[in-house]
Amino acid sequence: MQLTGAEIFLESLKREGVKTIFALPGGVVLKIFDVLHQQKDIEVILTRHEQGAGFMAVGSAKATGKAGVALITSGPGMTNVITALADAYMDSVPIVVFSGQVPTALIGNDAFQEADNIGLSRPCTKYNFLVKDVNDLAATIKEAFYIATTGRPGPVLVDIPKDVSMDKAEFTYPDSVAIRGYSPTYDGSRWKIKQAAEAIAKSKRPILYVGGGVVFSGASKELLELAEMTQIPVDMTLMALGGFPGNHPLSLGMLGMHGTYVANMAMHYSDLVIAVGARFDDRVTGKVSEFCPQAKIIHIDIDPTSIRKNVHVDIPIVGDCKRVLQELNTILRATVNGNQREFRKPWWDQLHNWQTEHPLHYEQDPDGQIKPQYLIERLYKLTEGRDPIVSTDVGQHQMWTAQFFKLAHPRSWLTSGGLGTMGFGFPAAMGAQAAHRNRLVLCIAGDGSFQMNTQELVTAVVAKLPVKVFVINNRFHGMVRQWQDLFYEGRYASSYLEQYPDFVKLADAYGAAGVRIEKVSDVDTGIQEALAIDGPVVIDVPVYQYENCYPMIPAGGSNHEMLLHDPPDLKKPTSTGKKKTQQGKDPILTA
Amino acid sequence: MEHIISLTIENKFGALSRVAGLFSGRGFNIESLSVAPTLDPSISMMTIVTSGEERIIEQILKQLNKLIDVIKVIDISESEYVERETALIKVHTRPEDRAEALRIADIFRANVVDSSPMSYTIEVTGDIRKVQAIIYLLQPLGIKELVRTGRVAIGREPTRTASTQSRPLAKVN
Repeated sequence: MQLTGAEIFLESLKREGVKTIFALPGGVVLKIFDVLHQQKDIEVILTRHEQGAGFMAVGSAKATGKAGVALITSGPGMTNVITALADAYMDSVPIVVFSGQVPTALIGNDAFQEADNIGLSRPCTKYNFLVKDVNDLAATIKEAFYIATTGRPGPVLVDIPKDVSMDKAEFTYPDSVAIRGYSPTYDGSRWKIKQAAEAIAKSKRPILYVGGGVVFSGASKELLELAEMTQIPVDMTLMALGGFPGNHPLSLGMLGMHGTYVANMAMHYSDLVIAVGARFDDRVTGKVSEFCPQAKIIHIDIDPTSIRKNVHVDIPIVGDCKRVLQELNTILRATVNGNQREFRKPWWDQLHNWQTEHPLHYEQDPDGQIKPQYLIERLYKLTEGRDPIVSTDVGQHQMWTAQFFKLAHPRSWLTSGGLGTMGFGFPAAMGAQAAHRNRLVLCIAGDGSFQMNTQELVTAVVAKLPVKVFVINNRFHGMVRQWQDLFYEGRYASSYLEQYPDFVKLADAYGAAGVRIEKVSDVDTGIQEALAIDGPVVIDVPVYQYENCYPMIPAGGSNHEMLLHDPPDLKKPTSTGKKKTQQGKDPILTA
Repeated sequence: MEHIISLTIENKFGALSRVAGLFSGRGFNIESLSVAPTLDPSISMMTIVTSGEERIIEQILKQLNKLIDVIKVIDISESEYVERETALIKVHTRPEDRAEALRIADIFRANVVDSSPMSYTIEVTGDIRKVQAIIYLLQPLGIKELVRTGRVAIGREPTRTASTQSRPLAKVN
């Protein structure tokens, strides 16, 4: 049967099991929107900005493991979605973005709303396609989904010129894909896995350093088995949170720049690092020359380029984390004897010492201003039984959430790790909510970050996505201010936001609900009140402005040299000290 | 250290820019790059000359392999190989220099492919040292223009294992 390109698009997406598209129309994609408008199988969520559409696709993909889909127009539509593509590329998120393009005859003519979509997206996609002939469209879509979701996942762009969406072709959807330059390695080398098992059995101070790969490959069960069988402690990267239960006794929490004291000390003093689906990012290694000085390193990753990119690896294993861990567990099950707990006791005694020496801590004065950590910890406790999906923006609140919100399950954590994109949290939460209509989805945002995609509030209202956004409102770009405190002698250059909107009124203006929590004694009731509202809610929480996030490894520092609290010479008002005068005017800055 | 990388790559638009973009985006060196289709018109061969310490070369090879349009990557300089480059050199020749220019061309078994009253265009093919040497010798006469193809390289067939290599022939008997 002959179908138009737009109809082929729809039929292909149905075959890929796509339920929702995040989209914003424009001239060259109207034919596709017209077709989408006349069907009921795929929900189209109209966003207010293409970046929002991209992040919603990312949120949906992170929460489900299936490719998220966005559809946007040529020119500015394309340039607006680039940030989401770059974000997904850094964090290995499978999304497929369809962009409109000017008719093939006009490509290269500087036509209205033309941009070189392929050139623009090349460095921030796993692959991209320009479809020049409608006869290639179905096969291209099949390949796009295949590439996005296999191997190390990533974003794929499919650029569809207007005439291709209107031309007709016979529709047949291919059953399989064969790309001669692309065949990811899933099974790790048995010989290397055996070596790894031997190293694990011998090691006295091993540490599991696990990354987002554990979540993508669905290896949580295998990881849990490995850790419990061998009694090896688990350090999680920011991307791995939820991949191992956060409150499990073997979990040391997050490692890295703002990781826990014990997590970083364990890395530094270990004799064997077992890296699983992690990429030795500079926020984790700190100073590379002093990284894990005594350790042998096993690195399991599906992407060979991740191995030996930043640090030397002794036992590299290229493969899918889940399959490699299964194989590793099989060998260990046969060789490891029962008294692992006894064997590892000296290591655990040391770890427990570190844990009790410097646990995560903050002080909450019951009469003072709300501390961000307190709000996050209470939110965690009050929602613990409901298995929420938690999304964050980027900055201090992100790190505090990573520290205090102990997630139990994989795919319940949405955060922008590699690219560190402010404005990510809210649309990502909406994408996850669209995929999981009945789950509780929380977005913990900063007042700076939230303002980067506030316009999507109306999308949440219209599409009935009852996301609960907690704005940790310190009237600062908090992480920038923290660095200025520590490294720029407290000169707050452009980090103070002065005029901030009234978030409660803002929510109201968009048709969402707004709640404000101002007192420590109101935190629990305020949270419960907000969660009880059926629909999207913005919860404005003015917090103590000068709280800094610790532990902290200064950039380029070594992992065992952590700042654990503000340096004594740091001058700043206390949470109960000086009173604020007017909205937006803080005495320390106006004096 | 210098490495010559041979890439088998999809012959389609954008493939070259993916390779070039990889090098520029990650700060890897390209000393020369040449590309042309093979017997199979859907496939091109690309020869890239690059340099860097071992760790960087390992990354370059892995990153190239990761490109979806790249079918095969070989570090050809890891074993025995033959390399060639062609240069077209337009030499300015005053009447008294014309014989000298021809003599130099002759020494290098280079061809004169164009001639005018005040110039010769000389075509030379050889390995990098040969091309550099003729350029060095022609320079005093005055080189007006110089174009080079960049190096292409191909692995040498093993000579010692000739018996196993010639097995198909043996079957004929």
